[in-house]
Amino acid sequence: MQQTHTASSRAAPEAPPALLSVRDLATHFPVDEGNVVAVDGVSFDLYEGQTLGIVGESGCGKSVTALSIMMALSRPGRIVKGEILYRPRGQDPGPDEVIDLAALKPDGKEMRAIRGAEIGYIFQEPMTAFSPVHTVGNQLIEAIRLHRDVDGKEAKSLAIELLRQVEVPLAEQRLDAYSWELSGGLRQRVMIATVMASNPRVLIADEPTTALDVTTQAQILDLMRSLQQQSGMAIIMITHDLGVIAEMADYVAVMYLGKVVENAPVDDIFHAPKHPYTKALLRSIPKITEAEEELATIAGTVPHAYSRPEGCLFHPRCPEFMAGTCDARTPPPLPVSPGHHVSCFLYGDGG
Amino acid sequence: MSELGIAERASEAEERVYLAPQWLLMWWRFRKHRVAVFSAIVLALFYTVALAAEFLATSDPGLPAAKRSLLPPQRVHFFDGWRPTLPYVYAFSGARDPVSFKMVYEVDKSEKIPLRLFARGFEYRFLRLIRTDRHLIGVGGDHRAEDVISFLGADEQGRDIWSRLMIATRLSLSLGLVGVILSMTIGIVLGGVSGYFGGIVDTAIQRLIEVLISIPGIPLWLTMAAALPQDWTVIQVYFAITIILSLIGWTGMARAVRGRFLALRTEDFVTAARLSGAGQIRTMFRHMLPSFYSHIIASATLAVPGMILAETSLSFLGLGMRPPAISYGVMLQQAQKIQTVALAPWVLVPAIPVIVVVLAFNFMGDGIRDAADPYGQ
Amino acid sequence: MLAYIGRRIVIALATMWGISLIVFVIIELPPGDAITTAMSLQAGGESGTSFIMTDEEMNNLRRLYALDRPLLVRYVNWLQRLAVGRWGVSYTYGGYASPTPVWEVVSDKFAMTVAVTGAATVLTWLLFVPIGVYSAVRQYSLGDYAASFIGFMGMAVPDFLIALVMLFLVFRFAGVAVAGLFSPEYIDAAWSLGKLWDLLKHLIIPGIVLGTAGTAGGIRILRANLLDEIRKPYVLTARTRGLPEMRLLLKYPLRVALNPAVSSVGYVLPALIGGSVIVSVVLDLNTLGPVLLEALRGQDTQLAAFIMMLIGGLTVIGTLISDILLAWLDPRIRKGFTG
Repeated sequence: MQQTHTASSRAAPEAPPALLSVRDLATHFPVDEGNVVAVDGVSFDLYEGQTLGIVGESGCGKSVTALSIMMALSRPGRIVKGEILYRPRGQDPGPDEVIDLAALKPDGKEMRAIRGAEIGYIFQEPMTAFSPVHTVGNQLIEAIRLHRDVDGKEAKSLAIELLRQVEVPLAEQRLDAYSWELSGGLRQRVMIATVMASNPRVLIADEPTTALDVTTQAQILDLMRSLQQQSGMAIIMITHDLGVIAEMADYVAVMYLGKVVENAPVDDIFHAPKHPYTKALLRSIPKITEAEEELATIAGTVPHAYSRPEGCLFHPRCPEFMAGTCDARTPPPLPVSPGHHVSCFLYGDGG
Repeated sequence: MSELGIAERASEAEERVYLAPQWLLMWWRFRKHRVAVFSAIVLALFYTVALAAEFLATSDPGLPAAKRSLLPPQRVHFFDGWRPTLPYVYAFSGARDPVSFKMVYEVDKSEKIPLRLFARGFEYRFLRLIRTDRHLIGVGGDHRAEDVISFLGADEQGRDIWSRLMIATRLSLSLGLVGVILSMTIGIVLGGVSGYFGGIVDTAIQRLIEVLISIPGIPLWLTMAAALPQDWTVIQVYFAITIILSLIGWTGMARAVRGRFLALRTEDFVTAARLSGAGQIRTMFRHMLPSFYSHIIASATLAVPGMILAETSLSFLGLGMRPPAISYGVMLQQAQKIQTVALAPWVLVPAIPVIVVVLAFNFMGDGIRDAADPYGQ
Repeated sequence: MLAYIGRRIVIALATMWGISLIVFVIIELPPGDAITTAMSLQAGGESGTSFIMTDEEMNNLRRLYALDRPLLVRYVNWLQRLAVGRWGVSYTYGGYASPTPVWEVVSDKFAMTVAVTGAATVLTWLLFVPIGVYSAVRQYSLGDYAASFIGFMGMAVPDFLIALVMLFLVFRFAGVAVAGLFSPEYIDAAWSLGKLWDLLKHLIIPGIVLGTAGTAGGIRILRANLLDEIRKPYVLTARTRGLPEMRLLLKYPLRVALNPAVSSVGYVLPALIGGSVIVSVVLDLNTLGPVLLEALRGQDTQLAAFIMMLIGGLTVIGTLISDILLAWLDPRIRKGFTG
């Protein structure tokens, strides 16, 4: 039986219902060479004002999960299973008043009323995320006019206001700039401004600071946090950087090969990790105190997309691999402490 | 990306890929390209024809015969009534129409001309070595001189189009190849020098390329070809045309090579070669060039059709290869008069191999280019 | 922007100079000159003409036309004359006694060349933009395969063959030889609406024939670029912003993908103009092509050189226009951004 495990701890009486609930989501990319299973039964909940961190190596399905929520998958990707339950703006909290985004037409009117308007998306590379032949002002004003009923002049003053809000200096002049004329940090600020144009309730940030230098990274994360405090929006922070997770997330989902292998409040992930993969990830962070030690690595590489291992997906690389169990069956998610679930036979009665 | 510091540990299947040499990897990728593989087979066939042209010809391609002027293609019959039989064609008789002065042909069903394999015909040297008079297909038995087999009909001078097509294949296809080798050499040297040394040399060569590219090719070819003396032999004209075409055709190759060199100039392995004392020329041609051989082959493959089309166009206008040389373009000269085409559409037949060869080279070139891309799947 | 245009104009002028150098060298390349050619043509003539000159007479003529001066001097003289509008005379038109100025020989033909290549360019753009967009958006659909097929055929079949086949088909099924640019009744008529309409009708076949190669190339370029662009992050960004798919396509990827297509005009134009030479011969069009061919065969040096310069100039101007258009369309070029 499929457990609604992630919700269990949060469903305490005083907790509000989830803003976004992803249930058993599966996204496949059928290509000539085979069927790539990018997302394989992912579930999680997102609450207002909360930040959910999704962490994993590249190619583990983090971004595809996020784009599935946006219903903005590139061909040939498609959602084959699962629900994306979203509680739209203006609805009273109640268990039934939710929309299943996965059931909407990707380019339909209902989805477009949510995509961009209620759920915003920030990309890793702000350089390529802007059209090179349109000014950033053009694209910012486009975002404003798509979601707010204003004329051109109002949109322009709103755009300047938004740029000031994300602390872009010389906001007026920047409107006429092209993305490649701005620094990486400025670009990402303008990117955030275009997303904030619609005052979204959910912000999905896909590696928003990876392409930036460390100082700028911290500034952008600060900006996102202060915007979150002002508006109370929920953030899904996708990253491979555990440092960003530690700084931003309230709750963490660790993904491996399209599955959530462990999810827990951020403190549990760092201080009481359960899954061997999570432990390995944590070990591979360099520590200043252990300067002499060789940096730990995870054995092996992420398997090829067309050949997924049997049983537990991590077993070929797992240091605690149990023959006959791990390579035979898929471990179900097990609660280990309140709000903390792990999919591993080392825990519970599976082993 | 080993963003988490993940060690690379290859599985056995991956090991095979890692250890395979570059050409084998290319071959594996090329093999997946069905159209490209098919095109390669087609081209292999065409070049086989080019080698064995006389053997495949059924009658002397240069021999005019007024009696067979614009003879329609003959149908090969495999049945005698309902009975399968050895293939044969009917004899024909022609007479000149007193009004139009055109030959009018009538099939003579009473007389069958049998076809034979390895039949005797005109004498030639196979591969320029072995003197023989055997041909793959010919008329069998004791035949008269006017009994011929003409699969594709005859041109205005009564020469057999099939046989001429075989010889034309040799000339047109080899010209394309020789031309590309020439323009490749010029392109690699100038492009390499341009990209490797940079500076004034680079600027000068780039301006030259820009000028050459912005001149319409056909008038330029025409002008140069018109300068060829009328009394030159076929061989002289052949090489002159090849040189003319490659003098203009090298620009694309030079640009591609220059781009590669510019990109490679700062690569570590080039610096390493230079630091270890390799001379500049040696660095260029021993260390840098081999790293993009595959791209050069792909570009060259894609350049051949342009050469073939250019030769065909020039010869068609009468400024390229001239009779008695036989090329696709020379053969198509017959189609210049619309009246001839209307009367005898088969004079357009040489267009078919032109199109097939050009398409095949393009598809194969695309396949090689994709296979050569080290970042393709 | 102005600096950019200025730079392009300088490059265009330099290109024109380069072309003049090449043209002059090629035209001077063959042994003999217009006088000897004229002599050999006359001597070979059937009528047994009395127009036979002594060596001395020939040398006098050479001196008269400055054909005996060193190559460099003649080149500089030629350039000077070109610059002041004395474009030379044709000896084959009008004979040696009263040679016709080359401009008179080619003026109407030049206009026709502009008309034919213009028609082909317009037709090319009208065809390849919608087909290329359709092909990319409906990738691997039946229509895409059809477009790809047209693309490959247009690339593989030389212009003159398409012309021949079209002529043949029309001749076969309509029984008329559609050649030339005017119906017989209009050839010598003064310009009128009827004559213009007649010209437009006659431009269709040359337009199609010449446009096919350009359309084929355009479809391939636009389809490939558009497919590249559609996968770019900024398209995804615009989609996650909530932009409707059609507006998205027209505003972003098409704009960016058209730029290489615009810049390719610079490379297509020489091919188009060159192709018009050979197609004009086949279709018997009254353009520069057949005159050039004749001038080359008859070593009518000044005429051939002038036509080559005209064709080169036409190309350079076309390229210049496409460069400026591109800069206007693409801020990266306008602002000198590379990367």
